[in-house]
Amino acid sequence: MHALHQVLHAFFNLHSFTLAMPDVWAGFQVNLRMMAVAEVLVLVIALAIAIVRGLPGRGAKPLRALAIAYTDFFRGTPIIIVAYFIGFGLPGLSLGYISRQSFTTYGIITLTLVYSAYVTEVYRAGIESVHASQRAAARSLGLSYAQTMRYVIVPQAVRRVIPPLLNDFVGLQKDTAIVSVIGVTEAASLSQQFSNTNGDFPSFLVAAVFFILLTIPLARFTDYLVAQRERRERAQAF
Amino acid sequence: MSTNGNGPFVDVAGVSKWFGDLQVLDHVSLQVSEHGVVSLIGASGSGKSTLLRCLNLLERVEEGDITVDGVCVTREKIDVNALRKKIGIVFQAYNLFPHMTVLQNVMLAPRKARGVSRNEAESRARALLQRIGLEEKADEYPDRLSGGQQQRVAIVRALAMEPKLMLLDEITSALDPQLVSEVLALVRELADSGMTMILATHEMGFAREVSDKICFLDGGRILEEGPPEQIFTEPREPRTREFLSRVLAGGRMQ
Repeated sequence: MHALHQVLHAFFNLHSFTLAMPDVWAGFQVNLRMMAVAEVLVLVIALAIAIVRGLPGRGAKPLRALAIAYTDFFRGTPIIIVAYFIGFGLPGLSLGYISRQSFTTYGIITLTLVYSAYVTEVYRAGIESVHASQRAAARSLGLSYAQTMRYVIVPQAVRRVIPPLLNDFVGLQKDTAIVSVIGVTEAASLSQQFSNTNGDFPSFLVAAVFFILLTIPLARFTDYLVAQRERRERAQAF
Repeated sequence: MSTNGNGPFVDVAGVSKWFGDLQVLDHVSLQVSEHGVVSLIGASGSGKSTLLRCLNLLERVEEGDITVDGVCVTREKIDVNALRKKIGIVFQAYNLFPHMTVLQNVMLAPRKARGVSRNEAESRARALLQRIGLEEKADEYPDRLSGGQQQRVAIVRALAMEPKLMLLDEITSALDPQLVSEVLALVRELADSGMTMILATHEMGFAREVSDKICFLDGGRILEEGPPEQIFTEPREPRTREFLSRVLAGGRMQ
């Protein structure tokens, strides 16, 4: 009983919790910035890779192979390893501008590389879920392959994959804390520092609360979109 | 208007096609004159749809040649997009774009494939929708329309490209019986206006009424062709007779 009491006290100490808040909140701004930039980059890059992966014809085979190699590599490698490669590798390569970036930037690059691989698969599933007759209808009207993708296939695909996309973004948001192992000063690393100084753990709880408060609205919004889609599809079935 | 002198507007010469080991078209030859209306009849799987899809190169032909408006379209280096702008096709399942309004469906191809300005494309699309009595549905999404309305929109979407040839692929087969007539009325109007058309259909009464020529397909071959009166009253081939009597027994000929 005594041990449990000690543990509870070490984590749930209101005084320490309040003290840690300003520091961790300041660090959380960095997480927010990383996720915002990475999410936008992921949305664009993953769509490009998904489209390349679906290109028709023998001529596009090397491009398709490249896209497959990319997704295989970055989906298979633990994100923390990618973070080490980027955060410690790039600065050592003396690549000029590329090697002089902040750790935050390397963190964003890591998140973008890894999550683009996941999201490429999400987009690809969406593109493949659009029925072939839509493509036939568009092409038979004289639209080119690119125009068909842009105006007919991709808009339908993106609408369908918004829930799984948002799901991946929840993962991305949390992984901003993991990529900070390369030395980014953000919510998790600041709560660690605070904990070291104070000898207790409420600072971790503060960081957890910030992440959860960010995730919950996104999760509810995803639920809402899924429910809305189901309602629409049921309405169409009758 | 024809750019190919006195030849037929569509000339299919000895076309064969296989899906794997299955031969779906077997030396099919067919001529359609300008302003002509030809109906393809025959059981499901006889090759009607495949033949239509070969005409605008949605399917590749493995043997034989197809010439449309004086251009051999089965040659290696043909601009498929340019060809398809001249050929409208309407499908059994309508295939409207569900994420666009009716108006956007009709405007898309003229704007993007032909570079017509937004204003011009919109006014032409609205005029077309008015012609089929659906102008008040312009801003609705397709899932708010009945099947018959969707199919009529699909027809004007094809017409918006001002095609010289229309291919209609069993366009009433997915419709409830009471919605068939509104679609056929529009096709009849098109035939009367001189549109060159090839239709695959199970509506024998309609085929007899609008067509100049009926082709009976069986196992990927055109087994018999001729004017509607001959095909429907005195078919030469036993298979044609058999097919027609089966269809008549099913009450598909009014």
